Amino acid sequence: MSVPGDLQYTKSHEWVRVEGDVATVGITEHAQDELGDVVFVELPEQGATLEAGDSFGAVESVKAVSDLYAPVGGEVVEVNGALENNPEKINEDPYGEGWILKLQTSDRADLLSAAEYEKLLEEES
Amino acid sequence: MAEEALKRTPLYDEHKEAGARLVPFAGWEMPVQYEGVKAEHEAVRTRAGLFDVSHMGEVVFRGPDAERAVQRLVTRDVSRLETGQVGYAAVCYEDGGTVDDVLVYKNPDDFLVVVNAANRDKDVAHFREHTGDLEVEISDESDDWALLALQGPEAAGILGNLTDADLTGLKYYRYVVGEVDGFYAVISRTGYTGEDGFELYVRPAAAAPLWCRLVEAGAAPAGLGARDTLRLEAGMCLYGNELDEETTPLEAGIGFAVHLDKEEEFVGQGALRRQKGEGPRKKLVGFKVEGRGIARHEHPVAVGGETVGTVTSGTQSPTLGEAIGLALVAPGVEDSFDVVIRDRLVPARAVPLPFYKREKE
Repeated sequence: MSVPGDLQYTKSHEWVRVEGDVATVGITEHAQDELGDVVFVELPEQGATLEAGDSFGAVESVKAVSDLYAPVGGEVVEVNGALENNPEKINEDPYGEGWILKLQTSDRADLLSAAEYEKLLEEES
Repeated sequence: MAEEALKRTPLYDEHKEAGARLVPFAGWEMPVQYEGVKAEHEAVRTRAGLFDVSHMGEVVFRGPDAERAVQRLVTRDVSRLETGQVGYAAVCYEDGGTVDDVLVYKNPDDFLVVVNAANRDKDVAHFREHTGDLEVEISDESDDWALLALQGPEAAGILGNLTDADLTGLKYYRYVVGEVDGFYAVISRTGYTGEDGFELYVRPAAAAPLWCRLVEAGAAPAGLGARDTLRLEAGMCLYGNELDEETTPLEAGIGFAVHLDKEEEFVGQGALRRQKGEGPRKKLVGFKVEGRGIARHEHPVAVGGETVGTVTSGTQSPTLGEAIGLALVAPGVEDSFDVVIRDRLVPARAVPLPFYKREKE
């Protein structure tokens, strides 16, 4: 499973790319693999304010539902609307075109490094 | 509480080798998917898929009162079954709630009742409890059988190359005993997918070689994930979802398997007769989600913000590309209602069942 070194992670298998005060969030390759074929993504409204740990939506495969949790707190400045019609992007390119939302934030609390996330995956397997 | 070890079917190694994701299911370690649910679903709808359903239970009724015993236990009138015929039926409690849904095979000298894996012990206890006065031996022979389901439009072609049994003469819900690739098999034209297909009851030692032959011949391994989306599109009930001890077969829409007029009284018959007269407390409806979202098992159904039922099964239909589901709702609910998906009211519309019906040749 690919775990890019330039991203940060959560225990609930989201990834975070921090650029300035914007954090882009998606789910990891491991998470999409566990889910299987993604058929639906529920996205929050642009402008919504999230606190770290808030459930902000869900990714659904044919067989399962996985709630999404905000890795950090902040305001939703953009959602990936392309996922409405092409949810399979999450399977095909979880760290790229399958991104889910962008948060305006300075919160960095409780994120895992790539090395820490890899260790978590090993422990879970 | 000590965790009981999960049981494995004789095909465990084949699943591992094929890259299956194995999950606990009804006390068994079962493949939920191989390539992916959508690909496996499509293989069954357009070509052929192969399922390991060896976890299902096989209970045999023998002895002079075998037919009376089965008559007393299931809702269908099994005296109308011919030898070589299979009947779908429910098993009920005295109050009409459902113990299980089963297939009854009428053999020349006995009856085979095929039960859901999760209900096996409960069923056998129920069977014995209600037949103590009869001369019948009720024997749980599940461990003597493996069960492979070969399903899809190409199933008959694939199987025909491996058996001398007359498949063209074998009608739906009939079975023959024969050989498949040299292995003893009960070849049953039944299934849980809405496609043509066969369920093959074989000895455990035959399961792996036969599985490999069928895969070589073009059948795609398919897991419980696809089995569930396929049966839901076909509008078939799943015990634990549509059927349970709180729900009667009449409420769950399988009245076609309930013969209230049969001579031998069956357990629950009085309650079901009363319900037929008074009207059911709830009814099963098929629906399509019209807003955005996928309804799932246990999501509430609401009209005007008031809860009027519960979603029993729901998924994104791979064949239709729409979110579909089954729900048990109050009898008066009209064709338009909401499903409550993560606290959101999403409009849905009742549609006739099944969602998918294959084109017959």
